[in-house]
Amino acid sequence: MTQITPTKAFLQGLRRSLPFILVVVPFATLFGVVATEAGLNLIQTMGFTALVIAGAAQFASLQMMQDQAPILMVLLAGLAVNMRMAMYSASLVPYLGKAPLWQRAFAAYILFDQSYAVSLDRFEKEPELSIPARIAFFFGVAIPISILWCGTTAVGALVGSAIPSSMGLDFALPITFIALIGPMLKSIPHVAAAVVSVVGALALGWMPSGVGLLVAASLAMLTGALVEDWSSKWVH
Amino acid sequence: MGALGYSSVQIWLIIVLLALGTFALRFSFLAILGDRTLPPFLLRLLRYTPVAVIPGMVAPLVLWPAATGGEPDPLRLAAAAATLFVGVATRNVIWAILAGAVVLVGGLGLTGQL
Repeated sequence: MTQITPTKAFLQGLRRSLPFILVVVPFATLFGVVATEAGLNLIQTMGFTALVIAGAAQFASLQMMQDQAPILMVLLAGLAVNMRMAMYSASLVPYLGKAPLWQRAFAAYILFDQSYAVSLDRFEKEPELSIPARIAFFFGVAIPISILWCGTTAVGALVGSAIPSSMGLDFALPITFIALIGPMLKSIPHVAAAVVSVVGALALGWMPSGVGLLVAASLAMLTGALVEDWSSKWVH
Repeated sequence: MGALGYSSVQIWLIIVLLALGTFALRFSFLAILGDRTLPPFLLRLLRYTPVAVIPGMVAPLVLWPAATGGEPDPLRLAAAAATLFVGVATRNVIWAILAGAVVLVGGLGLTGQL
């Protein structure tokens, strides 16, 4: 099988990023609207969105700021939501670990749920993909989404309260995440992990913000790996 | 809506520290491990990262949505169920999002909440 060029891989990534326009536009607009309504000015809102580039964490820390929480708690809330990024980072090592440091650093800066999920899916399906092609594919997915993310946040911040909040924009985040997960429920171990994640997170909701989710996610990962072990023994 | 109870310096402190912390989390393993390989069981664990994290993050948002003051809302539950069902059935993210959006916006319209 012939290797595809990085340019081709970048364009393939670009194409895979297109569906996320529907996701990113409302979500980023919402952040712009909510941040300005909360009292951040345009430059602060844009700094927030361009430097952090992590929707769920941005919303989590903004929520804490609206509750007038101490700065340390604001940071902890945002970082707890982002703990999953460390797991993403580790799971990309087998595929991107040999790329040059600056490429890994830039990929890390724009590593979020969508770029991770789409890229990992491709890397797993095509283990023969070269490292430059993998990096190019990842950038093809992540760069357009990042630009769109910042651009539409600006639109949201500028039009602000002109968007009616009754449009159900509040639920854009849950719907996005559920839509990402649905197609991933492709085997019994995946379903088992998802069920443990939900039950665990709900049961541990009394723990400080983010901690319960971390514990539940760890248990869920262990469940997935163990069920995979058992089911492969059943087959053999 | 009024201004937040933080000075401009404090707001920028939050933004910059959150950005640095988030980057550290994202870069962590990609920076340290380089081309070393991870043990097979760890790799197997990591394969389940997205399905282990995202459902748990979403579940409370679906059951106790902020928009209804944390009260379970039949309409948002239905939108979540439609998203999941179409996502599993079609294995397509966009169809799933559209299904959820149609149920939610349609439902808000039918119940006069738009």
